[in-house]
Amino acid sequence: MFKNAVNRLNSTVYLGVISVELNGAQIVIQSLKDEGVEYIFGYPGGAVLHLYDAIFQQDDVKHILVRHEQGATHAADGYARATGKPGVVLVTSGPGATNAVTGIATAYMDSIPMVIISGQVPSPVIGSDAFQEVDMVGITRPCVKHNFLVKDVTKLAETIKKAFYVATTGRPGPVVVDVPKDITDPRIKVPYKYPKKVSMRSYNPAVTGHKGQIKKAVDLLLTAKQPIIYAGGGVILGEASKELTEFAHTLGFPITNTLMGLGAYPATDKQFVGMLGMHGTYEANMAMHESDVIIAIGARFDDRVTGKLDEFCPNAQIIHIDVDPASISKTVKVAIPIVGDVKPVLEQMMELIRESKKKPSKKALESWWNRIDQWRAVKCMEYDRNSRLIKPQYVIEQLYEVTKGEAYVTSDVGQHQMWAAQYYPFDKPRHWINSGGLGTMGFGLPAAIGVKLAFPDSEVACVTGDGSIQMCIQELSTALQYNAPVKIINLNNSYLGMVRQWQEFTYESRYSHSYMDTIPDFVKLAEAYGHVGMRIDKPEDVRPALEEAFALKDRTVFLDILTDRTENVYPMIESGKGHHNMTLRVAPGTPTDRELA
Amino acid sequence: MRHIISILIENESGALSRVSGLFSARGYNIESLTVAATEDPSLSRMTLVTRGSDDIIEQITKQLNKLIDVVKLIDLAESAHIERELMMVKIKTTEQMREEIRSLADIFRGKIIDVTPTTYVVEMTGPSSKLDAFIAAIDSDSIIEVVRSGPTGISRGEKGLHL
Repeated sequence: MFKNAVNRLNSTVYLGVISVELNGAQIVIQSLKDEGVEYIFGYPGGAVLHLYDAIFQQDDVKHILVRHEQGATHAADGYARATGKPGVVLVTSGPGATNAVTGIATAYMDSIPMVIISGQVPSPVIGSDAFQEVDMVGITRPCVKHNFLVKDVTKLAETIKKAFYVATTGRPGPVVVDVPKDITDPRIKVPYKYPKKVSMRSYNPAVTGHKGQIKKAVDLLLTAKQPIIYAGGGVILGEASKELTEFAHTLGFPITNTLMGLGAYPATDKQFVGMLGMHGTYEANMAMHESDVIIAIGARFDDRVTGKLDEFCPNAQIIHIDVDPASISKTVKVAIPIVGDVKPVLEQMMELIRESKKKPSKKALESWWNRIDQWRAVKCMEYDRNSRLIKPQYVIEQLYEVTKGEAYVTSDVGQHQMWAAQYYPFDKPRHWINSGGLGTMGFGLPAAIGVKLAFPDSEVACVTGDGSIQMCIQELSTALQYNAPVKIINLNNSYLGMVRQWQEFTYESRYSHSYMDTIPDFVKLAEAYGHVGMRIDKPEDVRPALEEAFALKDRTVFLDILTDRTENVYPMIESGKGHHNMTLRVAPGTPTDRELA
Repeated sequence: MRHIISILIENESGALSRVSGLFSARGYNIESLTVAATEDPSLSRMTLVTRGSDDIIEQITKQLNKLIDVVKLIDLAESAHIERELMMVKIKTTEQMREEIRSLADIFRGKIIDVTPTTYVVEMTGPSSKLDAFIAAIDSDSIIEVVRSGPTGISRGEKGLHL
């Protein structure tokens, strides 16, 4: 049947202009090409065979064959986070589609632009429980920005254009295009034209902010005595790091970033007080708690940030800039909402600040900074540097030094994720790539592959743990096939560390199923996949091993680093507590080794 | 407080489940939901009755507006509006009761639209509270079946929900 798949472009004269006739499969691939797509991350199957045949017959859009559809979505997601361009995924119907759902939800929670093309059983059999049929549009509805079921091949190109438009504008997010197999039938050709622009009467995201609101916000900021800037992932998504930095420098205010916002503002800058929230710094959380004016920029008052809502920033008047009106006053009531893209809104604010005769009170700010310096003096990030065991924090610090702070760092989810966020100061946006909202274990490795493909000349490290890495470890094979050499920093404590930590704190150390009895030999596993494996179990070997690993430019290196099994993430706001109730390490600098039950 | 949210939504397959899915996913209440195409066949109009604090209603309208298929919406409860619901009641009738049901239906401006030797079907429109009152006025044992459309509404005056 595939003999009919003649894939040469048929040009015909159509209404006096040259128009191209393509079949549905070709339309999908040609649309992606016209959209400027570089990579598709995918996995073939019955419902997408026509599409894969079209992929085979062209070289413009490169396909990356993953080993599991979850890996495809995370790789596309990592690519999108690092580049700012939408990630593209292609999966087959049924299990291919359901395997992609975790990655779609991951992208949705962190507002990552992605277009997922899923195959569907042929239109006439939809709804008949056909082989590999699943209601993809129904299943993904709660975790996509939007989704489409294509019913007519003549609408295919326009639908794909709409998908990219919706995914990349406003608050970005994943968009699914479900394509029944008959739509990609190679025998049915229709005129192809990829629209340059689409407009949708029901979708008009705001760009600039309301002038009156901006004026009010600036007035409030200039009278603040204990202000703080709380910036999130929206600044990165909105490409507004430069504007944010200028804004903060002009005002001289302290600034904290959310987990998703790390890198939006240079972490090594003196105005930066660290990450806030559950595992944020003492100074960031105390400054939030004691502030009188907060300006939230592209952040969404997530529960991991706010802690107990009733005790959240009791004295603060809040300004909130967000492109998504539904994010405003969702959990925390704000005084001055501004709906708009972060970048133009910050530009509008800067203009007013420059014009204003009022300046922030120097005296007030000075005494505010003095208080912040007192909180900083607590040194909440100290840990035992003399331990004979490898401290995970030390590994991240060494990773920072060896990569000169310039690597792209992806992570999985758990303790290692928090340590990476805490001990690798990101100075640039899009370099810290993690699943913040959904908290998806298995994200790190495929995401790292996506990043490496986008930036082959940059160093890419995946900070992971012995639990998370096993959730998508099959992608080691993808890394080899497509020459995407990444460095895997496995902080191996033979525990599901974050679960163990919570069990230690709140369940009297009853370590229920947070321990794996049979952790594989990761060195051999890495070697079996064709990579380099190293095991490190002494603190003095960490640095040389990292240097050796990063010197192996063309190889994926799996560093299995056996860390202190008892180490916990500090500081911590335990659940149900406010910002001012942080649990600090017992005494800074003292060993934290505890006897494990 | 009770709110009537009126929505213009693209008349696409699945549009209804986007709205109902949003309510179940976010734990909002739906008291009733009616939907039909408008004079423009590409648009459907949905009328949704919900209850919640002001904060919740604000979130509901924002989340609804965020749905890509939603073109426009208004909360009718925010201004003067007219609200109507259609009800059909099938009532068991004995010879003695017939006159009473007929006059009760008249008082409520209802119509008897089906008659059998043992039953009446009464059709009635009005605000939901009027329909409730009619139900309360007849003997509950004689009710075979009640069908209600759920309220729909329209704002008073020149203002309207249109493109």
